[in-house]
Amino acid sequence: MTNYEIVSREDFSDVTYLLEIRHPMMARAAKPGQFVMVMLNEQGERIPLTIADFDGEKGTITLVIQAVGKTTRQMQQECRVGTSLYALVGPMGVPSPISHARKVLCVGGGLGVAPIFPQARGYKEAGAYVIGVVGFRNKDLVFWDEKFRDCCDELIICTDDGSLGIKGLVTAGILQAIEKHPDIEEVVAIGPPIMMKGCADSTRPFKIKTMVSLNPVMVDGTGMCGGCRVRIGDQVKFACVDGPDFDGHQVDFDDLMMRLRRYTKTERKALDHWEKGCNLDKTIASSVEALIPGQALTTV
Amino acid sequence: MREQDPIERSRNFEEVACGYHPDDAMRESERCLMCPDQPCVSGCPVGIDIPGFIRKIGEKDLRGAYDIITETSLLPAVCGRVCPQENQCEGVCTVGESLEPVAIGRLERFVGDAAIREGWVNIPYIEANRFKVGIVGSGPAGMACAADMAKAGCEVTVFEAFHQPGGVLRYGIPDFRLPNAVIDAEIGNLRKLGVKFECNTLVGRLFTIEQMISGMGYDAVFVGVGAGYPTMLGIPGDSLNGVLSANELLTRCNLMRAKEFPNFDTPQPIGRRVAVVGAGNTAMDAMRVCLRLGAEKVYCIYRRSRKEAPARAEEVHHAEQEGVEYHWLTNPVAVIDDGQGNVRGMRCVRMELGEPDESGRRRPVQVAGSEFDFETDLIVYAIGTNANPIMGQTSKLELNKWGYIQTDNSLATSMAGVFAGGDIVTGAATVIEAMGAGRKAAASMKAYLGIRDSALPYANGGEKLFGIDLRERNFARVRVA
Ligand SMILES: Cc1cc2nc3c(=O)[nH]c(=O)nc-3n(C[C@H](O)[C@H](O)[C@H](O)COP(=O)(O)OP(=O)(O)OC[C@H]3O[C@@H](n4cnc5c(N)ncnc54)[C@H](O)[C@@H]3O)c2cc1C
Ligand SMILES: Cc1cc2nc3c(=O)[nH]c(=O)nc-3n(C[C@H](O)[C@H](O)[C@H](O)COP(=O)(O)OP(=O)(O)OC[C@H]3O[C@@H](n4cnc5c(N)ncnc54)[C@H](O)[C@@H]3O)c2cc1C
Ligand code: FES
Repeated sequence: MTNYEIVSREDFSDVTYLLEIRHPMMARAAKPGQFVMVMLNEQGERIPLTIADFDGEKGTITLVIQAVGKTTRQMQQECRVGTSLYALVGPMGVPSPISHARKVLCVGGGLGVAPIFPQARGYKEAGAYVIGVVGFRNKDLVFWDEKFRDCCDELIICTDDGSLGIKGLVTAGILQAIEKHPDIEEVVAIGPPIMMKGCADSTRPFKIKTMVSLNPVMVDGTGMCGGCRVRIGDQVKFACVDGPDFDGHQVDFDDLMMRLRRYTKTERKALDHWEKGCNLDKTIASSVEALIPGQALTTV
Repeated sequence: MREQDPIERSRNFEEVACGYHPDDAMRESERCLMCPDQPCVSGCPVGIDIPGFIRKIGEKDLRGAYDIITETSLLPAVCGRVCPQENQCEGVCTVGESLEPVAIGRLERFVGDAAIREGWVNIPYIEANRFKVGIVGSGPAGMACAADMAKAGCEVTVFEAFHQPGGVLRYGIPDFRLPNAVIDAEIGNLRKLGVKFECNTLVGRLFTIEQMISGMGYDAVFVGVGAGYPTMLGIPGDSLNGVLSANELLTRCNLMRAKEFPNFDTPQPIGRRVAVVGAGNTAMDAMRVCLRLGAEKVYCIYRRSRKEAPARAEEVHHAEQEGVEYHWLTNPVAVIDDGQGNVRGMRCVRMELGEPDESGRRRPVQVAGSEFDFETDLIVYAIGTNANPIMGQTSKLELNKWGYIQTDNSLATSMAGVFAGGDIVTGAATVIEAMGAGRKAAASMKAYLGIRDSALPYANGGEKLFGIDLRERNFARVRVA
């Protein structure tokens, strides 16, 4: 069995963490815009995560994850340096077409901040003038700003509360950038569906080509189940093999958001079930601790 | 053959058909007339010597029966369970002209199960030839090709995108029809032949077919990635929550074990009523899984009549026994929503059979004014699949106009050294045909690599003269064992 070892970890906030995982072959194959499917353990769900960075020389790929539900929280708790994932497959999806546009706006918000990075770097390497717009709730949640500065000619940070950069959503940053640079040829936006919808809406009047990376619920990631189907114009596409990047002006975001609520009830149940298990572990741990001081941490 | 009680079994995932008792198998074997013209052999897609193995069962020589079957077929325990025998061997059985045909499938399964239980494998004398062969996809096509190439002495690696090997056998066909233990045993046999399995490997994306041939040193490659990409109906309401493909339902339930949620993380809520559209094997599996996951009502919606249903007759019958409600000559026209993005029901029309179409089946035509609605919580489409696009996206392999891989009669693709077979060449077919294709491609691959075809497996023991195996037909190679 191949071993997908976690070689480093960084916690950006109490909900966002980075995992760097050894997979030399994938590190060489990965291209901007692609993702992986991860299984934490044998009982786990297959979840899609964007390859936020890859280093062919070191032989690692990097994932930046937001703890939103059962699997991502359990990973936050259990993925330590030296531990391994049960399954890691990829790179999946059609790589983002890094065009020869001369001026590009790369927009990332929420869980889309890290995934936009390889695209920004890709455009920079292709010789474009890259303007980055990244959005966070407040300044304490900001990460990778240095990394972005390295590959962006300009970087606009937006925070909801104005504690850093401009106050407001990434769409405010987009409008500011378009005002200053009317010659922006392309926009790439990654983030929660509602944010990508906002981005597409704000570039539509300017007729700037806007690519978004869709994140529907996935199962296999190989085009076999159709669970990830999305509406693009009047067509149905499978995000995992036909995407995940699509023309934002064509995407039916309401359909996407509705489909993301598909499993709300069972997701809740999975989380409760797991948390109950955790609490039970803690109870056992404290009773063991009470009986044999110093033992609890090693046994549980 | 004994079967689990329909009501009881429709709530569990245990195997439905319990398999023959040895006495039953003996009795059944005696019904074979040993016809000289052997219609059953020509009815079998791979030409198993059926009277031959049945005779061995009659002689109580199960090992002999196993040896005969495995001369042509790799997976008796699998094919005995899932082959559409009524359209193949049993359909042309002479006994069947006046009585029930000989239960060839059940006898085959009886032998296959005995082999698993006893741990029999026919491992021939293998002399490594230093050729490296890569197999893409671990379904029956890939497994069959891998076995033959390993027996020919090649170093064989099978690459599989999922975290477990087996293809449709693993993720599609449910446990109650094909237990995981059977697949594990067959995979185990391949491992004993020296075949290596690399799961979690999406070929095309992690590396391409071209890279396998050039940089990675594979002398030949077989592509058996299956068909996959499920078809949606394209009617209003298709994207509502509660509409899904049978592939998704079955993958969640079989491979990801949604039936054990929340002990396994992947969910598959079913609701009270389920409508499954289609009447093939996939549809039958989907319906029976839904019953087992607790659905109260399961409807089968099919636009033709029972006679045209493509599923194995036994499955249609089993599903009916378990309580599936068939609605033949019924075609969905829209999915009805509950105003919150979920399925509430379905609108259908009645059909009647008109003139035969190009496939020879009578074309269903809509009965004017026959629209009606019914309530349902989940809608499963089991209406077929298209070619998976990944190979086309990532390699220069020539595809046909439907996106399937183009091959010649020998299953060679447009790229030298690359062969393909199974569902990705023919479109959705059967396990035995996929297996046959894998073996055919292996024969072509051996010709391409210049390996002399030693199709005969060597009997363990067998006719040996001074340590030389007669059937090896190579007297220069003395066997030291
Ligand atoms: C192509 C792709 C790339 C992605 N990249 C990243 C990434 O780089 N970093 C990251 O943190 N997340 C990413 N996601 C989202 C991530 O897959 C989900 O957050 C994860 O599956 C949630 O699993 P869970 O068990 O923790 O939460 P669950 O309990 O399953 O879900 C919690 C909430 O998350 C939403 N959700 C569930 N599944 C998904 C999904 N597949 N996509 C989006 N939201 C979902 C649900 O609506 C629910 O409200 C990506 C998704 C896709 C499709
Ligand atoms: C639900 C269901 C029930 C069925 N019931 C029956 C039955 O009763 N009797 C019968 O005879 N037939 C049945 N069939 C049909 C039969 O299973 C298929 O015809 C047969 O499995 C095809 O075999 P294959 O090897 O071509 O492909 P598959 O079995 O589809 O295997 C292909 C494998 O390749 C993997 N793969 C795909 N792309 C890649 C890639 N890029 N890299 C690496 N791996 C990849 C897939 O994950 C998969 O594991 C059924 C099919 C289904 C879906
Ligand atoms: S995730 Fe199954 S088809 Fe895309």
